Amino acid sequence: MIQLNVNGKALKADVEPDTPLLWVLRDTLQLTGTKYGCGQALCGACTVHLDGAPVRACMTPVSSVIGRKITTIEAVDAGKVGKAVQEAWRKLDVVQCGYCQSGQIMSAVALLSHNRKPSDADIDDAMSGNLCRCATYVRIRAAIHEAAKALA
Amino acid sequence: MSEITIENLSRRRFLQGGAGLTLGFCLPAIAATLPAAGPGKAGEGLAAKVSFEPNAFLRIGADNSVTVISKHLEMGQGTYTGLATMLTEELDADWKQVRVEGAPADAKRYNNLFWGPAQGTGGSTAMANSWEQMRKAGAAGRAMLVSAAAKHWQVDAAGIVVRDGVVSHPASGRKASFGQLAEAAAQEAVPADVKLKDPKDFRLIGKQAKRKDSSAKTNGTAKFTQDVFLPGMLVAVVAHPPQFGAKVKSFDASRAKAVKGVVEVVQIPTGVAVLAKDTWSAKKGRDALSVVWDDSAAFKLGSAEILARYKEMAKKPGLVAKQSGDANQAFAGAAKVVSAAYDFPYLAHAAMEPMNCVVKLDADGCEVWNGEQLHTGDQYGLAHALGLKPEQVKINMLFAGGSFGRRACKDSDYVIEAAQIAKAINGRAPVKLVWLREDDMRGGYYRPLFHHALEAAVDGSGKLTGWRHRLVGQSIIIGSPFEKMLVKDGIDAVSVEGAANLPYAIPNLTVDLHTPTDIGVPVLWWRSVGSSHTAFSTETFFDEVAAATGKDPVAMRLELLAEHPRHAGVLKLAADKAGWGQPLKAKAGERRGRGVAVHESFNSYVAHVAEVTVRKDGSVKVDRIVSAVDCGTAINPDNIRSQVEGGVGFALSSLYEEITLKDGRVEQGNFDGFPLLRIADMPKVEVHIVPSAAPPTGIGEPGVPPLAPAVANAIAAATGKRLRNLPFNTSELVA
Repeated sequence: MIQLNVNGKALKADVEPDTPLLWVLRDTLQLTGTKYGCGQALCGACTVHLDGAPVRACMTPVSSVIGRKITTIEAVDAGKVGKAVQEAWRKLDVVQCGYCQSGQIMSAVALLSHNRKPSDADIDDAMSGNLCRCATYVRIRAAIHEAAKALA
Repeated sequence: MSEITIENLSRRRFLQGGAGLTLGFCLPAIAATLPAAGPGKAGEGLAAKVSFEPNAFLRIGADNSVTVISKHLEMGQGTYTGLATMLTEELDADWKQVRVEGAPADAKRYNNLFWGPAQGTGGSTAMANSWEQMRKAGAAGRAMLVSAAAKHWQVDAAGIVVRDGVVSHPASGRKASFGQLAEAAAQEAVPADVKLKDPKDFRLIGKQAKRKDSSAKTNGTAKFTQDVFLPGMLVAVVAHPPQFGAKVKSFDASRAKAVKGVVEVVQIPTGVAVLAKDTWSAKKGRDALSVVWDDSAAFKLGSAEILARYKEMAKKPGLVAKQSGDANQAFAGAAKVVSAAYDFPYLAHAAMEPMNCVVKLDADGCEVWNGEQLHTGDQYGLAHALGLKPEQVKINMLFAGGSFGRRACKDSDYVIEAAQIAKAINGRAPVKLVWLREDDMRGGYYRPLFHHALEAAVDGSGKLTGWRHRLVGQSIIIGSPFEKMLVKDGIDAVSVEGAANLPYAIPNLTVDLHTPTDIGVPVLWWRSVGSSHTAFSTETFFDEVAAATGKDPVAMRLELLAEHPRHAGVLKLAADKAGWGQPLKAKAGERRGRGVAVHESFNSYVAHVAEVTVRKDGSVKVDRIVSAVDCGTAINPDNIRSQVEGGVGFALSSLYEEITLKDGRVEQGNFDGFPLLRIADMPKVEVHIVPSAAPPTGIGEPGVPPLAPAVANAIAAATGKRLRNLPFNTSELVA
């Protein structure tokens, strides 16, 4: 039994230690907002925060996150940056199919948490690991700027 | 009866008990946005069982919720929002009270009106086929609410006003919410015919209507197939053969069964499935399997051999798809002949959500949860595979995490695979089939590989007099349920769409087609289908002809588009907004250029002007795309912009994508080998919409086809070099 701190709650999961955090979140804890896209940290759909920093949950063994604070899309609105990012996403209707957007939002929140006024280059850098097949990138960029404005 | 009586009636129903239970399901999202309407708050005195369903597309609850039932799949293209916009416009509901629900598979009620008796989403038809249907559904609901109110208030219906979800009678000061009238309206006769609004009175259509799925898709609550969990459900991961057409010869499951969490290992027609309590255990079990494949019937050629064959075939005439004038004569008398050949690779759809499907078998039949794009086809396919009647197959439509055509599989491949697994375990547990990314990328059903050869004849005065276009590539349609509709005299219409209907006034034209039938790679429609390759060859070749005759690419197009005002309209608009003809500034060591392309697909017209920078090392940066779109009445202008932006990015990505085979094995498996466009490479996109009163046409696909040729033409303008093969080999552009 592995003890985890997810979204501020102490949760237990009866899983093998090599299980990627992604599948513990999704299959064991039924926190399905975090998505599977590639399993190799190539697409970013599974991005969650580990002590506030973005990680790809599909390549993060659950044994390596014991004792660390895990935040998923389901609770990202507990912080004001998360709330502002989600609001900007809705205001600009960023989403299309939506499957990658949890990961996009988690990466954007991580960026804005330490950089309140990101340039386009900062955005390219921070968001480079998040693929969107619908190519909503124009609006992702605009929404990050929009959230930055709201947080200023 | 007054509105108070209605309220009492609702309350009495509520008090009769049992009613509150089902309400909790839909209320939380709605409650916050309920408009205060009439005496007493809407939502008060709720009676869950009381709902008003004037037709298959609309349900009004006593809780004042308005539910629009979408017969089409929401896969990102904005269908839920578009359909709801049309219905809400005529219903005069408050946009905030409207929610959208996916329809089940039921072709009697939910067929695509352009597809006869079949239900499904594709060909950018959702808005176009539903245009009258959804508005009439809304208008019928409105008319019944009005006549119910008129009766209860004992007033003339003509004096009743409906606006933003409130029915009122200004002369008497009475008003009621839809919810308060729902039960009474349900007693009214469904009107035989309804009058639709004059477009000048539209309050939602053509205006900004926010997406209905934005909230759920930004807070993690949107439900995709991947997110379905049923009691006792097992997750299946499948070992598929390494070549198309190979089969299982034998397998050893002992190591797989030793993996903790693995429950069963079963052979199915398409491979060996490992069923486990969770996805990771199923994957580990699959990786631990050892399978011996029988490759005696496998397809074993590589892409290079396929292409070489196609080039050989292209030396001889194919079946004529389009002929006008006498091309041979034009070429015989030509002062100049321009020719070029183009290669297009197989492409994977690579939706972010890899294919998956949940199937539950029971005594009554089969229930399916899927990002369902081809309801009727899958219903029949499943029925056939399971020995059931189609009506015993219940399909629940979830959001699809992208599709681009893949979830509309003509053979119902992954859906049937899920059912086969459930059948192999005798329905003992519901099964969620999960394709891992590699399964998805190697699972076939690609955009077909194509070879095109083009020739143009120019006479002594510089006039384009002849055009020959030969295409070689597999048919998507032959052998599919769509064959009767789309194949005539051996010509698959989607192989030559965009080529056989070339809009330019060229007096002598021949388009012919070779359709190889011995290539065992499954192929499928991929966002914009035939136009994904024909727009490239025709629009870049046209530019080559313009260059060869010393003409401006926009001017020459306009000259030959006199009979096609909608093509000309978007072309002029895009060129104008992009500042066509004005010089582009380039930094030292960089080359810049502008290129244009225009193309009609699915009855929508799109022109793109691309501005590119080509660096010394040959790498290309697309700086800006200026687009003009004519898709008839713009139902949701912001969604049109969004779809064109996305179409630009999707098409731009394809400039560097390819699926290749070696000895019949697909060489790419994940996003390292099949790289998708990333944010840094996304250009600025400006979308201009042509005002139109024509009926709406689609916008999910039409932004894609003209993008790649516009970029190729811009590269040629910048460097003088023509990239004719996809994916682009930018090493040819090194300065």
